[in-house]
Amino acid sequence: MALFEGLSAKLADITAKMRGKSRVTEQDIKDMMREIRLALLEADVNFTVVKELVAEISDKCRGVEVMESLTPGQQVVKIVHDSLVDILGQTNSKLLVSPSGFTVIMLYGLQGAGKTTTAAKLALMLKKKGKKPMLTSVDVHRPAAARQLDVLAKQIDVPCFIQPEESDAVAIAKRAVDRAKYLLCDTLIVDTAGRMTIDELMMTELKQIGKVVNPTEKLLIVDAMIGQEAVNVALGFDKEIGLDGFIMTKLDGDARGGAALSIRKITGKPIKLICVGEKVDAIEEYYPDRMASRILGMGDVMSLIEKATAHLDEKKAADALDRLKKNQFTLEDMLSQFEEVKKMGSIKDVLAMLPGMGGKAVPDANVDESAIDRSQAIIRSMTIKERQNPGLLNASRRKRIAAGSGTTVQNVNQLIKQFEETQKMMKQFSGMFKGKKMPNLGLGKRGFPF
Amino acid sequence: MGIFDVFRKGLQKTRDFVTEGIGKIAANIGIFDEDMLDELEMLLVQADIGAACSIHLMNKVRGHIKQTGDASKEAVVATLRQEMKVILGQAKPLNFQKGRLNILLMVGVNGTGKTTTSGKICARYQAQGYKILLGAADTFRAAAIEQLTVWGERTNTPVIAHQEGSDPAAVVFDAIAAAKSRKADLLILDTAGRLHNKVNLMDELGKIRRIIQREAGEAHVETLLVIDATTGQNAVSQAKVFTDVAEVTSLAITKLDGNAKGGVALAVAYETHTPIALAGLGEKLEDLMDFDPEAFVDSLLPQ
Repeated sequence: MALFEGLSAKLADITAKMRGKSRVTEQDIKDMMREIRLALLEADVNFTVVKELVAEISDKCRGVEVMESLTPGQQVVKIVHDSLVDILGQTNSKLLVSPSGFTVIMLYGLQGAGKTTTAAKLALMLKKKGKKPMLTSVDVHRPAAARQLDVLAKQIDVPCFIQPEESDAVAIAKRAVDRAKYLLCDTLIVDTAGRMTIDELMMTELKQIGKVVNPTEKLLIVDAMIGQEAVNVALGFDKEIGLDGFIMTKLDGDARGGAALSIRKITGKPIKLICVGEKVDAIEEYYPDRMASRILGMGDVMSLIEKATAHLDEKKAADALDRLKKNQFTLEDMLSQFEEVKKMGSIKDVLAMLPGMGGKAVPDANVDESAIDRSQAIIRSMTIKERQNPGLLNASRRKRIAAGSGTTVQNVNQLIKQFEETQKMMKQFSGMFKGKKMPNLGLGKRGFPF
Repeated sequence: MGIFDVFRKGLQKTRDFVTEGIGKIAANIGIFDEDMLDELEMLLVQADIGAACSIHLMNKVRGHIKQTGDASKEAVVATLRQEMKVILGQAKPLNFQKGRLNILLMVGVNGTGKTTTSGKICARYQAQGYKILLGAADTFRAAAIEQLTVWGERTNTPVIAHQEGSDPAAVVFDAIAAAKSRKADLLILDTAGRLHNKVNLMDELGKIRRIIQREAGEAHVETLLVIDATTGQNAVSQAKVFTDVAEVTSLAITKLDGNAKGGVALAVAYETHTPIALAGLGEKLEDLMDFDPEAFVDSLLPQ
């Protein structure tokens, strides 16, 4: 995999050789297109889609911009990125709502794509939006599938209709609709059994269920890890039942998710939502530009920035920045920074979003999540005075703090050293800011305090 | 049905795809020129064999053509077949023996079919007269324990389980103790699906592995990584990370009969050198077969 990390770096290599040349040769373009083709294939983008895309991109690259650009490699990456965004399509396709007031959402997919979990996530999302959803499982094939949905429904406190003893999926579906209407629910989410598109019997069953529940929204659940077959799966389901859109799951893994590109290009149907974790609230809106960056292994900087801005307490950040300018950065500021960082999720997740990490947590980097906890415990074991004036910390105080936080004196020393270094860095920063207004770090008025 | 028949049936779709593709490429003249070799490479990629492995295979093909001057379709197919067999190596089925404690630890990402495969393996060794215990160490996914319990009832096998949400390592500890005291031949431990980039979950697996080592050091332990054949190139990174953390000894490739092209078996074997022990070629019990490289290559690319 590492071979194809960082498409931009690869292209930069190629274009470095072009320096001094007056124009990009056909061979240069050919080399670049080979790298792009490999990068897309490694991301599991369907081969046919790759072929078309590369042809388009290579046309665009023959245009003037690339040749005149000082950094043609970057320019090519931008062209690729933009082409992907084009295909990946509209933002925020809303879920359809039936004009009758009773919406039925039916979920389809291969075995193990994550239909049951997604059904529960969807229900919770709708519930939070003020809807009254009901869940039902018509999976009569996998043992305990219905029970799985029932357990999840209880967790999120949403009504769930299951009949584990019944073997006729169509009959269950019929009763589920009656039940939902009786309970005055406005949305029914139907979880179906996983199946292959080539299994005619199972497809017939799906169609029969469809006739009974009359779905408003027919969504295919697609595993982000799926390979070249993504297109055939999507086309197969679309042909048999007519899809309204897709939900991509398991995007919290390190798969590039090239399937998103393939199914968008081939079916033209929207991707409505993405699932990013095992917990029931891990469902999000879909953004084409982020997906494009992910497929290219460029990191999800936008998501990171959004996560940071969503969780940073603006006032606290401003205060910290203020003190920073006055060169009064204390251990208390450090403590609140630790808290902010932790709110953004695990360090690994945050790291994985950085460009160059290729959306994957590096196993060798072995980020120690507990280090932050330890540091927090150490600072919390200090008195207010000590926090504001670390100069007070003599050997006996350090011993006390170590005992109080369940760490060692070495840990305490380490933290203080870390603090001093941060303070030194801050001093340099504050020198830069002197006399200026609130610095704009490119994030609007919310600055990163670290 | 013999082994070959099951493989041929399960992989029929892929075989049709590959042979048709090769037929089309070489239709006009029956020999391969450079452009056609490029197309062949792309055909391999489309079967999920992956770029790196496909490039390797095609380099071998090109080398062979250079050496012998024979660019006929037959020669190209023969080289491909041979090199595929080299990549897949010797057949290496699970090595269980009656009369000692064998432990099978099932690991993998979410939704690959660990619980189902556990059930099928249980049924298979049950039929061979093994005394089996199932350990429900997937305490996270809702109703996973019940799903395994259903398999336990079907095969008349006791299931060691705790509450949902309890510590899987504790389940493993108890299951090993039970297996020892009941003198079981085989203990199958079903674990929760986990994405390999989640450090906490992978650490949990490392802990389970250590407990097995500590509590049953004398037992014969196999760690089986279950990979969904529908998966694309992510399977390679799954195999690498799981091998690091849980000392994976063999792979099971499931759902080979489904929508998958199955080439991922080659991609993973090429990049990790971990032997493939089992192949899931259908939904029926007897469709879970010992992986046979010969039968696999024959089914994928007949002479």
